[in-house]
Amino acid sequence: MKIIKLPLFLLALFFFVQTASAQLRIEVIGGGATQIPVAIVPFRAEEGLAQRLTPVVIADLARSGLFKIVDAGGMNPVPHEPEQLNYPQWRARGVDAVVIGSVTKARDGRYDIRFRVMDAAKQTQIAGFVYFATENQLRLTAHKIADVIYEKLTGDAGVFATRIAYVVKRGARYELHVADADGFGAQSVLGSNEPIISPSWSPDGSQLAYVSFEQKKPIVYVQSMTTGGRKAVAAFRGSNSAPAWSPDGRRLAVTLTRDGGSQLYMINADGSGAPHRLTQSVGIDTEANFSPDGKSILFTSDRGGGPQIYRIAASGGAAQRVTFEGNYNVSPRHSPDGKSFTFIQRNNGRFNVAVQDLATRQVQVLTDGGIDESPSFAPNSKVILYATEVGGRGILAAVSSDGRIKQRFTADVGDAREPAWSPVVNK
Amino acid sequence: MKRLLLAAMALAILAACSSTPTKEQDGAAVEDRGGSTAQQAATTPPAAATGPTTAPLAATGVSGNPLKDPSNVLSKRSVFFELDSNIVKDEFKPLVSAHARYLQQNRGMKMTVQGNADERGSREYNLALGQRRADAVKQVMQLLGAQSDQIETISFGEEKPRATGHDEASLAENRRADIVYPND
Repeated sequence: MKIIKLPLFLLALFFFVQTASAQLRIEVIGGGATQIPVAIVPFRAEEGLAQRLTPVVIADLARSGLFKIVDAGGMNPVPHEPEQLNYPQWRARGVDAVVIGSVTKARDGRYDIRFRVMDAAKQTQIAGFVYFATENQLRLTAHKIADVIYEKLTGDAGVFATRIAYVVKRGARYELHVADADGFGAQSVLGSNEPIISPSWSPDGSQLAYVSFEQKKPIVYVQSMTTGGRKAVAAFRGSNSAPAWSPDGRRLAVTLTRDGGSQLYMINADGSGAPHRLTQSVGIDTEANFSPDGKSILFTSDRGGGPQIYRIAASGGAAQRVTFEGNYNVSPRHSPDGKSFTFIQRNNGRFNVAVQDLATRQVQVLTDGGIDESPSFAPNSKVILYATEVGGRGILAAVSSDGRIKQRFTADVGDAREPAWSPVVNK
Repeated sequence: MKRLLLAAMALAILAACSSTPTKEQDGAAVEDRGGSTAQQAATTPPAAATGPTTAPLAATGVSGNPLKDPSNVLSKRSVFFELDSNIVKDEFKPLVSAHARYLQQNRGMKMTVQGNADERGSREYNLALGQRRADAVKQVMQLLGAQSDQIETISFGEEKPRATGHDEASLAENRRADIVYPND
């Protein structure tokens, strides 16, 4: 994907982040018109930890493209408590906020991690929290700290403590990976010699539905992220695909061909009972996606000739068309805030990520990679993760919902595709 | 059905025979016909009549199964489609009808038709496009006498391309439905 040329007034930020043992490298291209200047002072006693916290916090905030990380060194004393802050010096560095903190070993062996976000102008505390974490929770704690800073300074929820699922193809081998949202700690939850597509997180983040071709035809499985156990929930005659969770986590909309032709059906997420047919058309109906309130479903249909996006009530009935630009609109995914949906639009043979406002029907095309597919919203509705190719190699990429900030994720080996952003899970 | 099998077997055997170096059959007895027939009757008795020679049928890998016989249209399994189309073109009608007839005459036989699509666009929509192609082949076969429960149609979408290039020839190769039998 060529680097997007930015107008001069936008801050061009090219920030390369390589976290230790990361299996996904992430590059950020582009930045908001205004970046919030913030300084993160290393926490007291964090240098002795197996996993230092502030580098992870800094990397998260920088990767969002919304923050300018200001140098926090050279202060004497190094501030860890509010009374140690020399505000005139911090204001001279142009920061809006300073983050300070400390780590102490608690009596039960866990770490007592406390931090404060201080307003450099008002000289007041914006936020302050304490976490108790074991050693293997240190990284997650750093992500949660970054979430707090992000939320307090932008007004939007942070998604640094979330995960992403995606498929990696290496030669004839396919794997379903789950990694932290910063690319760290990727684990394979399924390995196969046959393709895997369409991973989809359950609303509580505890399960992944996906389509596997391991039985020489497409079958929908639901797999537990905690036990690793799984069940084939749709293995009917013909093809079974495109699983989409209802917001209550109890049902899946799926595409089945058991009655001739690709149509939408509802099944129980545990595979029990019989499928209930949702659509009746002579065309292809597929790629169902529930609205956040569970009342309606967006889906792809070519009942009108070419593929467009339609809406149907979750209880069934007539479908209404919702996309009217061009002759190829597919892969709808609601934003978690219910206000819009992302999709893929083809123009002149080029496939790009777009967003349509549900109220105004206004469409904004966000990318120009030309071979983009599988868009997936972050839980805060601010970023869209998708798959594309660079130099013939499959990679994941992200774009902010206003189109200004772009990120590129590259797996160490192989082609990455089919990304799915996990929900926020409070652990 | 038996006649077809026998004919197919005969075809297979003949095919095998024609490609195997067997001992040349000597055919009918060779009689010495030197001179006139009447005078030489006593002095040159006719050569002993030798019957047809036999030779073992050398293995050629042909088991007599028409589905795997390269000279039988039933061994051809792929139907190719135009861009954005799932119409079975005339050039593939003989192939499809041969398989339909085979199913009709082998009521217990089942097959799978696997649909494919080229790589452009959404994976799930391409899965459905491949499915549509498989269904089109099945529909033609049903019109020609195959039963619905003998044919399962599935799709690989763009996931298992036969040609991995991005040029038009590769894309055309992947717009394809394949007929697959259980013991293939």
